Amino acid sequence: MKLPKSYRNLLGLVLSLATIFIIFSILVPGSFPTIRNVETLARQSAITSLVSLGLTFVIIGGGIDLSVGSVAALAAVVIALGLNAGLNPWLSALGGVLAGTLCGLINGAIITRFKMGPFIVTLGTLLAVRGAAKGIAHEQAINAPDSPLGQLLSILAKHDRWQLLPPGVWLTIFLAVTAGWVLKSTRFGRHVVAVGSNESAARLCGVPIDRVKLAVYALSGFFAGLAGLMFFSRLTVGDPTIAAGLELDAIAAAVIGGASLAGGEGSIAGSILGTVIMVTLRSGASQYGLPNWVQEIVTGTIIVLAVGLDRLRRREA
Amino acid sequence: MAFFAAHRVVKSFGGTLALDQADISIEQGKVHSVLGENGSGKSTLMRVAAGAHPFDAGALELDGQPYRPRNPMDARRAGVSMIHQELSICSHLSVAENVVLGAEPVTMGVLSRSQIHRIAKDALTQVGHPDLDLDQPAGELPLALRQLVEIARAVASGSRMVIFDEPTSSLTKEDVQRLFRVIERLKSDGVAVIYVSHFLEEVRQISDEITILRDGKTVATGPLAQFSDADIVSYMVGRTIEDLYPRSVRAPGEVVLSLSGLTGQRGLPEEASLELHRGEVLGVAGLNGSGRTEMLRAIFGLDTVRSGHIKVGQIAGFTHPEGRWSSAMGMLSENRKEEGLFLNLSITDNTTITKLGGWRMDSAGQTSATTALIDQLRIKCRSADQAVGELSGGNQQKVAIARLLYHDVDVWLLDEPTRGIDVGSKQQIYELINELAAKGKSILVVSSYLPELLGICDRIAVMRQGHLLPAVNVAQATQESLLEAAIG
Repeated sequence: MKLPKSYRNLLGLVLSLATIFIIFSILVPGSFPTIRNVETLARQSAITSLVSLGLTFVIIGGGIDLSVGSVAALAAVVIALGLNAGLNPWLSALGGVLAGTLCGLINGAIITRFKMGPFIVTLGTLLAVRGAAKGIAHEQAINAPDSPLGQLLSILAKHDRWQLLPPGVWLTIFLAVTAGWVLKSTRFGRHVVAVGSNESAARLCGVPIDRVKLAVYALSGFFAGLAGLMFFSRLTVGDPTIAAGLELDAIAAAVIGGASLAGGEGSIAGSILGTVIMVTLRSGASQYGLPNWVQEIVTGTIIVLAVGLDRLRRREA
Repeated sequence: MAFFAAHRVVKSFGGTLALDQADISIEQGKVHSVLGENGSGKSTLMRVAAGAHPFDAGALELDGQPYRPRNPMDARRAGVSMIHQELSICSHLSVAENVVLGAEPVTMGVLSRSQIHRIAKDALTQVGHPDLDLDQPAGELPLALRQLVEIARAVASGSRMVIFDEPTSSLTKEDVQRLFRVIERLKSDGVAVIYVSHFLEEVRQISDEITILRDGKTVATGPLAQFSDADIVSYMVGRTIEDLYPRSVRAPGEVVLSLSGLTGQRGLPEEASLELHRGEVLGVAGLNGSGRTEMLRAIFGLDTVRSGHIKVGQIAGFTHPEGRWSSAMGMLSENRKEEGLFLNLSITDNTTITKLGGWRMDSAGQTSATTALIDQLRIKCRSADQAVGELSGGNQQKVAIARLLYHDVDVWLLDEPTRGIDVGSKQQIYELINELAAKGKSILVVSSYLPELLGICDRIAVMRQGHLLPAVNVAQATQESLLEAAIG
């Protein structure tokens, strides 16, 4: 019995992750294969995972969103400002996420209204939103009073150990499962795949293309906003310079996970596994004491290898 | 003495046997047509000959020598070129550069412009078109001339055998005749020409000999004159075809689609009016570019409309495709690869996309409904999960039609429903159209293939340069009368 293509792809990713984990467990036997380290890996994966959730929708829909890193930074600044203004922490968090969603909506509106290429539009907003974040923050990190938001991604205190993972990680897992379900089992999800697979055919089939695209970019902004919240939680300051290059990590994760930049292909589970593979690799390499430049070469090689293997597999199929 | 011969060639892809001991023998200075349904292995055999696929067993012979091309370039050096259905022209390079592409004359890595021009000029003269502008970007040429550039490329590399793979599937009548003149020239120059086509009329006109394949085997070969049309079709499908165009008694009812004074955004069509009745098949004939496709697109809301009125059932006014589908109208695109289908998605996805149910879908129900349609239309595939791009042309077209069946469409807009597909699938589509009409569905069909329109329609209207002439009863129409009206 031959497994469907999508499952074979995921199986390959799981095996790669296991291999990487085992290799570092052998190299760093004391600290790598521990529950504590797994928790750390989960915490480190949460931010990129959140961004890659939104980006997966965008990429499967045949688009790209380069602005997510800047949007995350803006969201973190907005949250810090909210807290400083004495707002309820959860309301501040909501404000940050909404700011992110708004940025996504603006991306989507420009792309659909003026029929512009998403690469150019989001390259523009990458710069503009980063500038806006810096402007609002007066070019410095904004300190914020202590709040429960700081607990989202922090190491669990002794008496909270029963939770296994910090709430931010649980939230990410919940959203990933939801996103996977939306993509696979809802009309909206199928429409996203259709638009990315063949936009003309989608039009012929009565798919509301502009609405689908708008929604997809709004989702990407929403998830970038959430990533901003997680960043804030980790740093507890609203730093407008954070998350530079986050978009590239998330794109790489999606691509390792089997997404095609030509659209129409990819999966949420694949993108999450792609993120975890990258994080594990980086963390393992730094725990083993490999210098940063080696890590970068390794990560880059892995990306090209993953995609190359995928192409090879497809030619054989 | 055969110039090229294949002896019991075997080729399999994964588990499927595409060629099962196929034989063929080609002579120089003759046109040899290769016929067969989609999936019969004729394209595979041609690709093997042109070096695009390695073969598993058997032997090839070229000019008395064993021949085993490793890749298309290898075959080209040995004197074998293939003109593909999807042209391999680089639109940004000039005509001359395209002619010498892959075999550029260079000295120390530097291109010689004058030499390129000379070679290109010679080759174009040889195919009878020395008039082409050598410096024009090839992408600016109309399709038929781009094809000519590709033939010139084959000539320029000194090909002694040229394989044409369905070269006329997107050409107009005049372009086909021009192509045939080029083929005649090649033939008189002693080139061996292999011609792959679905159109029996063309095969009749151009070939000296034919070979028919079915299920990867050669089932008949010999001089064309020995085969009647019925023989050929029967060999191709492996059963005797009684009636290519079945027609049950139809009783057209009330008007379901009325169009008056429709003018498209770019003036095509111009002031088109028609009425389509329930249980009727209405055909639209005309030349390519006369505005037939544009009319369907305007009706379906794919293109914007400058003026005119439309009424579908009780609903008046133009709307977007979404609205059309929701009022049970469906359209089949003439361009199934670029617009008709999602090639990387599954048969189920392609079939159900217009009607996914509420916001939450019923995946199991969709799969079983699709499987039923696969059985009904006899779509050859592994399962409903198989990607549509992996299917043959005829089966892809059936998937595109399955979408309209799944949606349970009432008013069918069909644009070239049988373009580029095999006779067996064509006949099935004719049967389906007949069944639909008998069930009270309404069908508006655009086709460039007149025998088909005459075979399946109740009435036929001719589009001439954007003007839609009044529909005539099929009993009063002949190929000549329709053609005359189309050319005007």
